[in-house]
Amino acid sequence: MSGPQDGARDGPSTAGTAAVHTSHGTPRRRRSVTAVVAFILVALLGFGFVTQLRSTAAGDNLEALRSDDLVQILDGLQQREDDLNAEIRTQEATLQGLLAGGASSGEALAEARKQASELEIINGVAPAAGPGITLRIGDPARAVSPEFLLDTVQELRNAGAEAIQIGAVRIGVDSAFVGDAASLQIDGKPVSRPISVKAIGEPATLAAAMSIPGGVVDSVRRVGATIDVGQSRSISITALRTPRAPIYARPAG
Amino acid sequence: MTESTAPPAADSAAHPAAGRWSAIVFAVVALLAGAVIGLLASPSVPDWLAPYLPIAVVAALDALFGALRAFLQRMFDSRVFVVSFIGNVLVAALIVFLGDQLGVGSQLSTAVVVVLGIRIFANVAAIRRQVFHA
Repeated sequence: MSGPQDGARDGPSTAGTAAVHTSHGTPRRRRSVTAVVAFILVALLGFGFVTQLRSTAAGDNLEALRSDDLVQILDGLQQREDDLNAEIRTQEATLQGLLAGGASSGEALAEARKQASELEIINGVAPAAGPGITLRIGDPARAVSPEFLLDTVQELRNAGAEAIQIGAVRIGVDSAFVGDAASLQIDGKPVSRPISVKAIGEPATLAAAMSIPGGVVDSVRRVGATIDVGQSRSISITALRTPRAPIYARPAG
Repeated sequence: MTESTAPPAADSAAHPAAGRWSAIVFAVVALLAGAVIGLLASPSVPDWLAPYLPIAVVAALDALFGALRAFLQRMFDSRVFVVSFIGNVLVAALIVFLGDQLGVGSQLSTAVVVVLGIRIFANVAAIRRQVFHA
């Protein structure tokens, strides 16, 4: 070590001189005084060391910092705050997007359910209720033919009927009118007299469609049967069709 | 080395070894006493002293290690120790104070700590050679 060492800066010769002087009275006394001062200084070092340790451990070392350090720390904190604020904005935007997506998918689900129930009514697999008309065809002579019933259904559909029931049979897209006037059958089930027809739709329109010249009412009277057309604010159609699963057709698109 | 070892031995002729090592014991006791007083009093560092206290402690540590080295090399002189201790602390604090006034306080305190740290390392290395002969 080429550098000076404190406590021995004067080198061996000075230390030796000081020791030689201790044999006399006053230098020895001075030496003991400096020794006491040295111990006091060492004690001071312990005191200062512990004090500094405590103030460092207390974490309030901001007080000990210089103003330019404080400015730097403040800058860092502001930068971090900006970063965090930007992150908050991003996250909020994501949250809004997710919420909107959730709402729109809920709406889509509700819409799909509504469409499904409408399709169920059209296909006749769900009961339906609403305004409409009832036809009551008294046919004691059994003169009403299946073709006439098919015509009636088509007239009702043309007039906007949304659900039709004849006797105990719900009319669907694949309903079959078979037999002859003596033994009427719809979808394989015999139709009992008097024939009752219920149709849900705009009552006035449906009734007008029944009574047009050459229409249903005229045809029924021509074959010698009677017909009553009644309009009603609420008709309930409870007969159901069994849904038929398609064998060949598959949903596409 | 032989010339320098003789005078301290003559100083405590009755118990050469005991007198020599009792100084170390006294120093350790003084250090611990100061630490205990600091722990018990737990004073708060005044604001004006806060930037200088750590530097002063490091400077004093440097003086302490220098003294230990000199002691082991049998060149210790309490007068030199007192002067170097006070001088070290004052010079270190003065440098940091000047740095603060010039606006380079943190850089200069880093410089002081680096220099004192190097000196402490050198002194500890010398002590190690003295104690372990390696």
